[in-house]
Amino acid sequence: MALAGRRDAPEPPDFGILKRLARDQLVYLLEQLPGKKDLFIEADLMSPLDRIANVSILKQHDVDKLYKVETRPAPGASDQFCFLVRPRVRTMRFIADIVNADKMSGRSRKYKIIFSPQKFYACEMVLEEEGVFGDVTCDEWSFYLLPLDEDIISMELPEFFRDYFLEGDHRWINPVARALQLLNSLYGPFGKTHGIGRCAKMSYELWRDLEEESDGEGQGRKPEIGHVFLMDRDTDYVTALCSQVVYEGLVDDTFRIKCGSVDFGPDVTSSDKSIKVLLNSQDKVFSQIRNEHFSNVFGFLSQKSRNLQAQYDRRRGMDIKQMKDFVSQELKGLKQEHRLLSLHIGACESIMKKKTKQDFQETIKAEHSLLEGFDIRESTSFIEEHIDRQVSPVESLRLMCLLSITENGLIPKDYRSLKTQYLQSYGPEHLLTFHNLKRIGLLTEQAAGETLTAVESKVSKLVTDRAAGKITDAFSSLARKSNFRAISKKLGLIPRLEGEYDLKMPRDMAYVFGGAYVPLSCKIIEQVLERRGWQGLEEVVRLLNGNEFSVSGSGAGGGRAGGIQAFSLLMGARMAHSALPSADSAVEDNPAWDCQRVILAVFLGGCTFSEIAALRFLGKERGCKFIFLTTAITNSARMMEAMIEAKA
Amino acid sequence: MSRVRADEEEYWHSSKFRAFTFDDEDDELSQLKESKRAVNSLRDIVDDDDDDLERVSWSGEPVGSISWSIKETASGSSSSLDGRDSSLQKGSSSYAAALPKQASSYSLSSLFKGRNKLSSFQSLSDALTDTGVKNYAPELRRPKAEYKDYSGDWSPKDTVRRMQRGKVCSLERFRSLQDKLVLLDEAVAGHDGNVITAVLIFLKRTLRREILFRELEVRQVALCHLIHFLRETGEQKFLLDLLRFLDRTEEVALSQYREHLNIQDVEKRREFLKGCIGLPFSAEDTSHIQDHYTLLERQIIIEANDRHLEMAGQSELFRKYPRKASILNMPLVTTLFYSCFYHYTEAEGMFSSPTNLKKTFKIPDKQYVLTALAARAKLRAWGDVDALLTTKNWLGYTKKKAPIGFHRVVEILQRNNAPVQVLQEYVRLVEDVETRLNLATKYKCHDVVIETYRDLKDRIQLTAYKGKVERGSAEEEKINSILSNTQIRWKN
Repeated sequence: MALAGRRDAPEPPDFGILKRLARDQLVYLLEQLPGKKDLFIEADLMSPLDRIANVSILKQHDVDKLYKVETRPAPGASDQFCFLVRPRVRTMRFIADIVNADKMSGRSRKYKIIFSPQKFYACEMVLEEEGVFGDVTCDEWSFYLLPLDEDIISMELPEFFRDYFLEGDHRWINPVARALQLLNSLYGPFGKTHGIGRCAKMSYELWRDLEEESDGEGQGRKPEIGHVFLMDRDTDYVTALCSQVVYEGLVDDTFRIKCGSVDFGPDVTSSDKSIKVLLNSQDKVFSQIRNEHFSNVFGFLSQKSRNLQAQYDRRRGMDIKQMKDFVSQELKGLKQEHRLLSLHIGACESIMKKKTKQDFQETIKAEHSLLEGFDIRESTSFIEEHIDRQVSPVESLRLMCLLSITENGLIPKDYRSLKTQYLQSYGPEHLLTFHNLKRIGLLTEQAAGETLTAVESKVSKLVTDRAAGKITDAFSSLARKSNFRAISKKLGLIPRLEGEYDLKMPRDMAYVFGGAYVPLSCKIIEQVLERRGWQGLEEVVRLLNGNEFSVSGSGAGGGRAGGIQAFSLLMGARMAHSALPSADSAVEDNPAWDCQRVILAVFLGGCTFSEIAALRFLGKERGCKFIFLTTAITNSARMMEAMIEAKA
Repeated sequence: MSRVRADEEEYWHSSKFRAFTFDDEDDELSQLKESKRAVNSLRDIVDDDDDDLERVSWSGEPVGSISWSIKETASGSSSSLDGRDSSLQKGSSSYAAALPKQASSYSLSSLFKGRNKLSSFQSLSDALTDTGVKNYAPELRRPKAEYKDYSGDWSPKDTVRRMQRGKVCSLERFRSLQDKLVLLDEAVAGHDGNVITAVLIFLKRTLRREILFRELEVRQVALCHLIHFLRETGEQKFLLDLLRFLDRTEEVALSQYREHLNIQDVEKRREFLKGCIGLPFSAEDTSHIQDHYTLLERQIIIEANDRHLEMAGQSELFRKYPRKASILNMPLVTTLFYSCFYHYTEAEGMFSSPTNLKKTFKIPDKQYVLTALAARAKLRAWGDVDALLTTKNWLGYTKKKAPIGFHRVVEILQRNNAPVQVLQEYVRLVEDVETRLNLATKYKCHDVVIETYRDLKDRIQLTAYKGKVERGSAEEEKINSILSNTQIRWKN
């Protein structure tokens, strides 16, 4: 983005230390089982592990063979097994089977389970039930935070989304709180914390509890992160459901970026092999196009390849010495750039081909009408046709959810007919998917008195029978309305501007959706930081179902979390230099205030690359820097897939 | 309908955000191609010794990465399972011997021995504050003092707190119902799902079901945790009892129905689904379940027949287009496609005939036409395609009608490589002029392009189009004759 900020955004803190900590702890844990051992690794942990360690480190610490969990050990396996796993019941049964089989055959081995990021009591219960408790030793690898890039830290917990928002399980709140505690101890003390959402609030409270016990260590250190903003994914499902059109988002939607790297297949590399590419700010080509609207990417790439050509052409007419310098100094860089360019050009071509085949143009058009709320009938029949043609099941589901959320639920007639056609096109077992989507509130039927299901009537009976205080998440999520239309109007999410939206010189965050829509999640963050709290946003907060908070001075180590709202020390002297500084204070040029312009944006339940691009843009505009902490990178397809039931 | 379309088009043309066009191949893609050519032309300069470069800069996963080595081990260790199974059968005596002396199989206190993360964090930040990173070795071994803790009389709140920190804590002392519930409420207030579940495991073991259920009914957060726990551990019976107690009949039905996913054998699956029909679903869902059962029943019949047909090798269709996969457990629309492909002409009385499927499952016209069209086009049965889209009115006139829009028809036909003569007949029927022109140009239906420009009285475009047809062809002649027609009032 060529926009010059009023001042340069501060540099992000160095997160490399998080990797070193994780690696050192892992090495320490492996050393707890001295001697040769085989290591079983959970599939989900392989990519994160790859980012912090490699085989030779494991070998150095006596790891002999590596297995994926779910693979049975080979006959000649070693006398010690180490399991590096997520705390899951299924995995515990797998381990117990191995241990019990060994016992049966009289084979004696040592077993160690390393849970990441923590152990669950339910897992130990399974080990006890299976009769292997005591045969295995358990440890925890507190690997909460994986820096994916200089400004993105992921907890790599995609299951957070389903576990919390669908099942209502609070098991991942503690890891979130611990992650905050760790960041606070390394890069804090944080100044002010804002947040919205039930989970955000609970995470905050648990984190405060942890801080309270840790007697204010790290006080007096110069903080590197000023503020924190916590947000639940269900505050804004709309943004996550939209097709992504900034380059990084499109690459994610098309090829799936996994743990910061992507597998480009033969169609991209124009050879017979796939190449795994690390996508981050180190990639000189990628870093310049990742945040751009896709339409700008071609121009950039062709300009870049022309420049490259020119650079190579300089060789002609060089004498020997110049040539020598050229080869020793420039050639390597040019070669690397050349590789990067040809890969990204290949990726663009492949994206174009795929998207053209999928009627991307029409899909985006339908999405935009849904966001704006006109021609709903037209969009509904577009979705219907999508389903009838058996276009990807996840796509159809996504569009239905988008329709439902923007319209506060489908009208019963449409709901029934779309559901029936969906089941006919993609399989009757998706009945379970629809049930899940209804529970989580992504795809609902507009309530009409007589259409209440058994559950709902039971719920409403309870509401009258029992004390109102006991009414719960489960119920309120059923009753919950998205109110998107009203929120959109209040916050001006649909830009009404004269003339064409210039995607090359974006004027606001709407550019990440082709100028059609400002992502709600990012808009909320912008507004709250600008106002240094929730004042003036009361109506929006009400429409978002509340649970907002703003608390000052979280780094000080004191201050009980209770009565959060009341705590809002907005006018306090030390808060005078808030996240988005006012224009002309001389003090703000003091580098000591830099940290006040570094904001940690925490997404509970996942964050998309479009949101990241939007906030990076906002940061540049306002001279501040956003750091992203997310439970996982997400997109519409991942969210939909999380709702589909698979066999056990 | 067309008014809406026109409005919409107007909107999209006038609107400020001219949506970026993905099928604008002329523009963007050629630009891209050009860049690609430029870059590729450099390849020979570059490609000589870049192996080391590749390792340095590209390898998210270089040789020696962890994922890579795991793939290697996986391929080498296939035969291990059998050995284990046989040992499972013979060795019950050695089993007892190998068991270590576990104090009590039910002591939760032994469960809750834990970690000491807090101290590790402290040591961590200590290590950091002075010199960046020192040798960081977290203290995972518990200090001895902690083993004494279980006798301590912790309040419910402290108990929860300690459990949250992973410290040892016995729950056995919470014996009165009152105490148990206070403990549960504290756990919920502590926001740690892991601890909530731990307390629930304890309650589940020490309370009669009905009492536990009754208390959970008014503690929804805890209830969610128990339900999730039961799902994960697969305690289906307990789960169903709980849901029945709560009167969540629909969830009872869905939870039972869900089990069919784990049944591989089709006959067993069919039997199971039959049993699901009577479950307390909503009226709407009951009919979906009924359909699911009927569909699988039909598929089993069709599969048996067709496999036989295929093996016998007497049906030309099956010889020419061997089946790629079995039709079992496929969605209805896929089944319809299959039946339109292999059994199109069968009488309605046959289970495998498309009309029978259409009737049985009340498939909407639109869906039927779309699917049949795709199947017949795949077989290049253009006559069937024509018949499918032709309707007769009461006066006996025939008319082409497509419930799905002719641009879709064209797309389907084109994807199946329909000849231009076939294609152009349907391109001509595309209602929207712009779309028609686009499609006609894209698929070289010259006649349609020429006629459309003539009807639009667009002399400039028509003249320009002359450059795109072959010299001396019938099309060129046609353009010339139109251009020289003095009757036409050209708009330009």
